Amino acid sequence: MKPLLLLLLVLTTAGAAADSGTGTTMTIDAIDSRPVDELMLALGTASFRDKETLVTQLAASGDARVPVLLQALLDGTLYSDATTGALIATPADAAPIPLAGAARADVPKDDLRKITVNNGLRSQLRVLIAATQLQNPDPAVRRQAARTLTGNAQTTLLPLLDRALAAETDAGARAALAAAQASLNLANPDPAIRAAAVAALAETSDKAILTLLEQQAGTETDRTVKAGLARAITDLRGREQRFAFVGDLFFGLSLGSVLLLAAVGLAITFGVMGVINMAHGEMIMLGAYTTYVVQLLMPSHIEYSLAVAVPAAFVVTALVGIAIERSVIRFLYGRPLETLLATFGISLVLQQLVRTIFSPLNKSVITPQWLSGSWEVNGMLSLTYNRLYIILFALAVLASLITLLRKTPIGLQMRAVTQNRAMASSMGIRTGWVDALTFGLGSGIAGIAGVALSQLTNVGPNLGQSYIIDSFLVVVFGGVGNLLGTFVAAMSLGVVNKFAEPLVGAVLAKILILVFVILFIQRRPRGLFALKGRFVED
Amino acid sequence: MNETTRTGFRRRFKKTGLQVLTTALALTAGSAFAADTIKVGVLHSLSGTMAISETTLKDTVLMLIDEQNKKGGLLGKKLEAVVVDPASNWPLFAEKAKELLVKDKVDVIYGCWTSVSRKSVLPVIEEANGLLFYPVQYEGEESSKNVFYTGAAPNQQAIPAVDYLMKDVGVKRWVLAGTDYVYPRTTNKILEAYLKSKGVAAEDIMINYTPFGHSDWQTIVSDIKKFGSAGKKTAVVSTINGDANVPFYKELGNQGISAENIPVIAFSVGEEELSGFDTTPLVGHLAAWNYFMSVNTPENAAFIKQWHAFIKDPKRVTNDPMEATYIGFNLWVKAVEKAKTTNVDAVRKAIYGLSVPNLTGGKAVMLPNHHITKPVLIGEIQANGQFEVVWKTDKEVPGDAWTDYLPESAKITSDWQDPAINCGNYNTATKTCSGQNY
Repeated sequence: MKPLLLLLLVLTTAGAAADSGTGTTMTIDAIDSRPVDELMLALGTASFRDKETLVTQLAASGDARVPVLLQALLDGTLYSDATTGALIATPADAAPIPLAGAARADVPKDDLRKITVNNGLRSQLRVLIAATQLQNPDPAVRRQAARTLTGNAQTTLLPLLDRALAAETDAGARAALAAAQASLNLANPDPAIRAAAVAALAETSDKAILTLLEQQAGTETDRTVKAGLARAITDLRGREQRFAFVGDLFFGLSLGSVLLLAAVGLAITFGVMGVINMAHGEMIMLGAYTTYVVQLLMPSHIEYSLAVAVPAAFVVTALVGIAIERSVIRFLYGRPLETLLATFGISLVLQQLVRTIFSPLNKSVITPQWLSGSWEVNGMLSLTYNRLYIILFALAVLASLITLLRKTPIGLQMRAVTQNRAMASSMGIRTGWVDALTFGLGSGIAGIAGVALSQLTNVGPNLGQSYIIDSFLVVVFGGVGNLLGTFVAAMSLGVVNKFAEPLVGAVLAKILILVFVILFIQRRPRGLFALKGRFVED
Repeated sequence: MNETTRTGFRRRFKKTGLQVLTTALALTAGSAFAADTIKVGVLHSLSGTMAISETTLKDTVLMLIDEQNKKGGLLGKKLEAVVVDPASNWPLFAEKAKELLVKDKVDVIYGCWTSVSRKSVLPVIEEANGLLFYPVQYEGEESSKNVFYTGAAPNQQAIPAVDYLMKDVGVKRWVLAGTDYVYPRTTNKILEAYLKSKGVAAEDIMINYTPFGHSDWQTIVSDIKKFGSAGKKTAVVSTINGDANVPFYKELGNQGISAENIPVIAFSVGEEELSGFDTTPLVGHLAAWNYFMSVNTPENAAFIKQWHAFIKDPKRVTNDPMEATYIGFNLWVKAVEKAKTTNVDAVRKAIYGLSVPNLTGGKAVMLPNHHITKPVLIGEIQANGQFEVVWKTDKEVPGDAWTDYLPESAKITSDWQDPAINCGNYNTATKTCSGQNY
């Protein structure tokens, strides 16, 4: 009984001290903030339902602490002290902020109870926070806030939006605010205001607004507004279709560049050298694991880890490739069946090696900030950054590879050896050495592909298995020994796959592609771009 | 010198001979003692693709056996674990089950994870009249005489999850996304029939299947986004399996679909699957299970403490199939004590109606259809990889072997206690069992 009394005493005196503390500086606020404090403290024990009403009341109070509290609640950094009941926000990049109740200096970690939110609360918080952000100095924040409010806000926010729009100078934010305002004006009893709102909304390209207009069309009674709505909906639907086409094309090209990256190394080892390399997929896997190891080594510089991982993966896999070529493959040139079996064995050995070293579990490779999220072209089209960068990366890899083969002395030697080994040898080229380098180059490129794929898919011992079939498909379809053919084949297979997928589903789309390539190879056994010349004959 | 060595040698030899004799005696005594243990077979993959999930369950069974032995064993005998490795290879499951039953003569088996491995073991267990406790949520439509299902049937996971979304979140449009194999296909068939029975129009249901390990989710996620922007609240019910989930959730995040717009409720993503990757983009997405590690009960706290002490790693998580294993083990122990024997038929008769406490503060009762009663919990993923319970059923839900929402299954029931029925697939219309054992 005694300790409890003591605790109560401490609590009340501490509370009084806190009150008198604010009282000395802001007397009027202290009186007003009392119920706000109570509301805040109630958050500590409230159910999700109760939290929803509490949060609305808090936002309406206009207290200066509320924006910090709402943001902390949304971020999951709002805690209540189990002993004192005090409310504390702990932002990731700043010192803890005591918000309400008696704050203690060092709260033991076990005493901090996180104030949890669910999805309903989260979306409510976003709208409430957006309303407070309309006056934010950063135009990007204002734009985002206006977009959050579009279609979500209550009509009570309309005066606030009107004021914000009148004061707004940034063009993007103006447009977003106008859309938010117009979406609310759709419910206005005056047909003229509704018609103006429809006209304003017709200018936007946003799927959410199209839905809003379609719903409005169902309930609209005024004839002129109705006609305007019909026009706006046709407009937006047309735009939606065009952007959907662009989106599908983008998906296709990005899948194409993944295929290109995976296949281009094989285009060297299989296409140029004629080695059926079943361990090609494992080179991709080793590249992905190199990325993982690089990130382990530089945990505080994840943003730059990929820039280090690309050369590192190239070197690691090229060395492994050279070792394989020198120890196994060079004894098997001209014996395709044995090469196939030997490289298949190597692929199993490499997989098991990785399983033993890194465990059979998938490893999580962190995606740097600049690779996540998407570029919102407008409300109907957004392109994800990781895919965008992979398209650029694949093109860069292809371009540098072509330059290497066409413009450098080593590229000349590689081409000479593959075209006529005996002649090249008699011209003084060390063919064995060139073979090793060419195989190393192909493997190194596969390693680079692994770095890119580590950002898209799971990094595990079986990573390579899922790409080896696709890689052979692309190389054979494009025409063996032709880099340009590989490029065209990868892109067209990617685009065809992505346009077929919405129509027939992912499983059937894959089957259709396979059947198509088989039929195509029946007609043109040498692929899209058949090489002409003497060496093709042997 | 030489003489002494010889005598020394002889003496030593004598002594060794004596030792050999005593050791042999001890050994026979030991084997006599060994024959007097109760053998518990553990049939979980310790290598291959399923090893990630199943190894944990093997450790759970070993922990429970260890615990029981500390309490003095069972019927005055010690429990002895016989661990085999079916290596994620479905036919090998049947072979190893046979080995356990015929060679090792185990009294009970804890094992299997995937439905295909269970189906592979089924004929072997039934032929040898063995006993299998299966601890994983599954698609139902089965009730074998020799299997006890301690994981959730569809009415203990999928149906309540959909109910929650419909009533509490107000979802009107549904995406049923799954990996292309038996569990998602059956579950989605049941869910589709259920949604239609609740008045959901066909155009408000989108069903999508993807191959195992699918990694290019851009088209599907963009389709989901399009499907979800029709002005009605949309949710994704995911039976996507294994590691395909990682690129799926990543793509959702990249395309800006948050849990507030389109929540994803998953049936195969638990604490174990979330451990080891960054859950920040997943916060707010849901999972339906019968147990979460975050559940705050004294039983659960004790279980977690015991697990950490046994596995010697305070960072290891617990999950739903572990709880199902725990319940199954305790039910069997109780039934053996009641029957006073480990004879399969006696234990089977003793176990019906028995109840043991579960880890969420309720009771698990074994029903005559070989399923148990379970509470259903919906949890939201938190940034720390744990789940926050946002909804739970008022009381335990009895497991239903045959779903009521497919016309051909609705008239089938299972009852192994009632002598008038005594089968796993009794047709209430024709009043016959269909002949198979399940």
